[in-house]
Amino acid sequence: MNVLSILILIPLITALVLLMVRKELHMKLIALFGSIAQLGYSVWLTNYYINFRKAGDTAEMLFQTSLGWFKPLNIYFSTGVDGISLTMILLTAMVVVAGILVSWKIQHQVKEFFFLIVLLSLGAYGFFISTDLFMMFFFLELAVIPKYLLIGIWGSGKKEYSAMKLALMLMAGSALVFLGIAALYFASGIYGGQYTWNIHELTQINFPMSVQVPIYLLIFTGFGVFTAMFPFHTWAPDGHSSAPTAASMFLAGISMKLGGYGALRVATYLLPNAAQEWSWIFIILASIAIIYGAFATMMQKDLKYMNAYSSVSHCGFVILGIAMLTKTAFMGAVMQMVSHGIMTALFFAAIGMIYDRAHTRQANELGGMLKQMPFIGTAFIIAGLTSLGLPGFSGFVSEMTVFVGSWERTGIFYRVATILACASIVVTAVYILRSVGFAIWGTITNKEYETLKDATWNEKAAAVLLIAGIVFIGVLPFWVVNLISNDTITIFNKFISVAVAN
Amino acid sequence: MSTYDIAALLILLLPILSFAGLSFLGKRITPCTAGIVGTTVLFVAAGLALFTAYGYFFQFGEVAGAYAHHTSLEINWLQFNENLSINLSIILDPISVMMLVVITVISAMVHLYSFKYMHGEERFATYYAYLALFTFSMLGLVVSGNLFQMYIFWELVGVSSFLLIGFYFTKPSAIAAAKKAFIVTRFADLGFLLGILMLSYGAETLDFFVLIERLTQPDSVYLASFTATSFMGLSALSWGLLLVFTGGAGKSAMFPLHIWLPDAMEGPTPVSALIHAATMVVAGVYLVARLFPVFAISAPDALAIVGYIGVFTALFAAVIACTQTDIKRVLAYSTISQIAFMMFALGVAGWGEEKAEGFTASMFHLFTHAFFKALLFLGAGAVIHAVHSNEMKDMGGLRKSMPITHITFLIACLAIAGVPLLSGFFSKEAILNAAYHGNPMIFYVALLTSGLTAFYMFRLYFRIFWYKADEHGHHNHEKGMWAMNLPLIILAIGAAFTGYIPFGDFVSADGKPFELPFHLTFSIAPVLAGVIGIGIAWMMYSKQNSNPDKVSASFGRFYNWAYHKFYIDEIYLFVTKKVLFNLVGRPAAWFDKNVVDGMINGYASITSTTSEAIKGMQSGRLQTYTLFFLGGVLVVAILLIVNFI
Repeated sequence: MNVLSILILIPLITALVLLMVRKELHMKLIALFGSIAQLGYSVWLTNYYINFRKAGDTAEMLFQTSLGWFKPLNIYFSTGVDGISLTMILLTAMVVVAGILVSWKIQHQVKEFFFLIVLLSLGAYGFFISTDLFMMFFFLELAVIPKYLLIGIWGSGKKEYSAMKLALMLMAGSALVFLGIAALYFASGIYGGQYTWNIHELTQINFPMSVQVPIYLLIFTGFGVFTAMFPFHTWAPDGHSSAPTAASMFLAGISMKLGGYGALRVATYLLPNAAQEWSWIFIILASIAIIYGAFATMMQKDLKYMNAYSSVSHCGFVILGIAMLTKTAFMGAVMQMVSHGIMTALFFAAIGMIYDRAHTRQANELGGMLKQMPFIGTAFIIAGLTSLGLPGFSGFVSEMTVFVGSWERTGIFYRVATILACASIVVTAVYILRSVGFAIWGTITNKEYETLKDATWNEKAAAVLLIAGIVFIGVLPFWVVNLISNDTITIFNKFISVAVAN
Repeated sequence: MSTYDIAALLILLLPILSFAGLSFLGKRITPCTAGIVGTTVLFVAAGLALFTAYGYFFQFGEVAGAYAHHTSLEINWLQFNENLSINLSIILDPISVMMLVVITVISAMVHLYSFKYMHGEERFATYYAYLALFTFSMLGLVVSGNLFQMYIFWELVGVSSFLLIGFYFTKPSAIAAAKKAFIVTRFADLGFLLGILMLSYGAETLDFFVLIERLTQPDSVYLASFTATSFMGLSALSWGLLLVFTGGAGKSAMFPLHIWLPDAMEGPTPVSALIHAATMVVAGVYLVARLFPVFAISAPDALAIVGYIGVFTALFAAVIACTQTDIKRVLAYSTISQIAFMMFALGVAGWGEEKAEGFTASMFHLFTHAFFKALLFLGAGAVIHAVHSNEMKDMGGLRKSMPITHITFLIACLAIAGVPLLSGFFSKEAILNAAYHGNPMIFYVALLTSGLTAFYMFRLYFRIFWYKADEHGHHNHEKGMWAMNLPLIILAIGAAFTGYIPFGDFVSADGKPFELPFHLTFSIAPVLAGVIGIGIAWMMYSKQNSNPDKVSASFGRFYNWAYHKFYIDEIYLFVTKKVLFNLVGRPAAWFDKNVVDGMINGYASITSTTSEAIKGMQSGRLQTYTLFFLGGVLVVAILLIVNFI
């Protein structure tokens, strides 16, 4: 039994057991314990991994296995992890626990709700441990469909429209990804002599430029849709605002990271020549997303829209880091993925708690929440301060790493992009402080709010877990850096060897 | 680690532990306990700071005739790449040790003072927690040995200032002021960040001392590559330093980034004394002082710009201070003006023996100013506490009912006005002397500003303590206020006597002790300016009369402009509200909703229109299908025939 398969087995068993019980409380408890077990297991696995590394194992990925799944097409269930995938797995485990905790009061169709949440997490875990492109795609799809149902059934507002929009746009993204990886598969037969979906085998093959470029653009754009890259980001605001809290947390916290991870591991790593020639396109799109997303955020009144647009801006840093192609920038992109994942989950959790009580998310209709609900108000402020990059929280270290990494690219074009990205920190401060000033500070304007209660135990636990993650990365960034730096260097070295070969 | 290193580490650890303890346990302990814990911690830290200062200046700091920097602690915190890493460190050198003393002493005084001033406040423990957080951040800032570490703590002091200005978070004006302070300084910090990126990329280090070495050695390759490129007549190095200075100008409220400081007075008065008078606002001066060798040796043009911005701000703020009626705002503008003194003192200084005076003078003034300005704010706080108003018109004749406040306030006013034998006299003389030798134009403006300083300070003094009979009866406002009176007395002692410290022996640009030159004949002009200022204030405000109105009327429009702070705020409002919100933000949001999203929705509607249009073909009617089938056969047949003929 491979240690990685357990990462898929735990959610699978949780989901199956969920289907068998009748009582709502039992369902909740099963989902909760399943996700906590997964979190515990991920932490153990990370530690296990670090011990292997300390013992001197320098393989590119550890715990590799390969099982034939559909041999005629050379599809294998092959797995393996490195530091980057492990941080993503830890992120997923954390956000899922928090998401289940905040959904404790879900009213109807409890079983289906938790089943879908667990299924989503299964997709994410599978995606992060796969080293076979086809399996990766399989799990990517697994993480899309349940979102449609989650928004369509448990959502609010114009939920049918949003669910449809989100599902179709993400489907279009995965269609592009599939075109890309299928082309890569066939190209591998032509240029490598052996048809394969496996990342490690594909990276050995030298594809000619004419093959790399279209595939790179397809795959990067496809994953870009998942990361809400401009101009394919519009599913995010509508999707988030209609989604139930846990689904929003999952969408922004994990789903957007699937895209970033894919853009780095598949598009950039496997197609270095094309990346070198064409990543400027994505630098432009990322810079636009960062600054334009920030300005669009400034005008939002609905807190969920605000956080959704701010996610567009923050995920722009991820794309920017990946497209800058320096090792510091790669590291920054990974850190930003983790940081944004936790931060945005906390943000959506806090917004969800406020919405559950006050039944509005309009910043100008709220006010005085800190006085009425000190815990929720504080959680909101902490999420906000993380978002605007306050040192001590995770946002700062990851953003700064992206900035330093981007600055390593010389040339006026890259400098301008970096300066634009840096400039967004001011706009971020503006919209965060505006929302805090309107919604959290101030006096209570609405008499009905005077009876609102502060967070319950489950909400507190969720927020504390996420805040702990934010502070951990913010105060001990070297821990994350040690975990991922070798792997980002591996990816970066591809570019050096390519440059030498040329 | 030596005892002194442990002491230095404890100075930083104590406040952050106090912050953690008070924020987690704040609700479980009584406000009294919270106050005692917070205050005790700071007094211990102040003691340790004095101990460290003693150790540094008299035991181990001096190496081969010059004060060298000493690294107490260094942790590799975040490694960006081979060259660049953020090392969290504790650096002891003359200016950082001096700042440790200033911060902990003033902070301890403010903690003690707040015990009474904030009495009865619902979030008492939170207040103390925030104060401790600020103190920690500020201490971390001054002991930074790394550019990025300084940026980290720079942001942390920014946010603690934000939290404390917005402490009364139910007050709309406090919310607005907190936001304004944070955003304006954030904007300036963008410059700082870009400056860091530029300097560190070029010098391939983030360490202050390595950076200074690499950018000041004449044969350095780093320096050569920096000076090779220039833009608009300034070298790349000068631009990098000016960007860093932008950050400093934001925190130190230099024109045109000063607008947040007067509004920051919305915070509790002790906070204004600590953050917005004595410590945080001098961070910009400290930053320039930290990088002073680079400025002075390799980019004198950038340093000259610092000087001009400084002296302009000094005059500008002093003029506004003469017209304000809210006593805290008068003090705020006075703070801006005094910090500007420190700034241009650096600006007129240079490298080498004959020009070194400005650096020491600047640091000297920073030191003395911390005492008398904190004292002025705490005194103003006592007055506000007694009369429940910030406005001058509600005050007058308070000298009888508040004797301790009166005497200490007077000492502070005399000190800031530069009256001989008090601390401000010595440091201001040193600055003016440096300016006289460095740049005569700056000197004359500064001389005028000194006169104005004396005038507006004594306008304040007379207006509060004389002017008219006390409306509040004659009962003593100070009874049972020892927690507020004791800090006033201690600070007054500081304001009176810190000038006698032979500052040149300890603090100089290159670490070598030197004698601050002092010329009795030179002092005549500045002292005269001060006395004239005090005299005019006495004529106008010692008794109730109509002179002030006449004088302000005679200045006409100019008075009005100054009273409205030269409409700088309105200009900013116009730019942010009208330009950024209406011309950038709104169109961006509109564009996103209608164009980008419209495109996506457009695809969807094209798809559905198309399928709507062709769905008729899938009718299920056999006749139609047959028709299509026949049509198809016909088309194929025709094509075949055409092809084969």
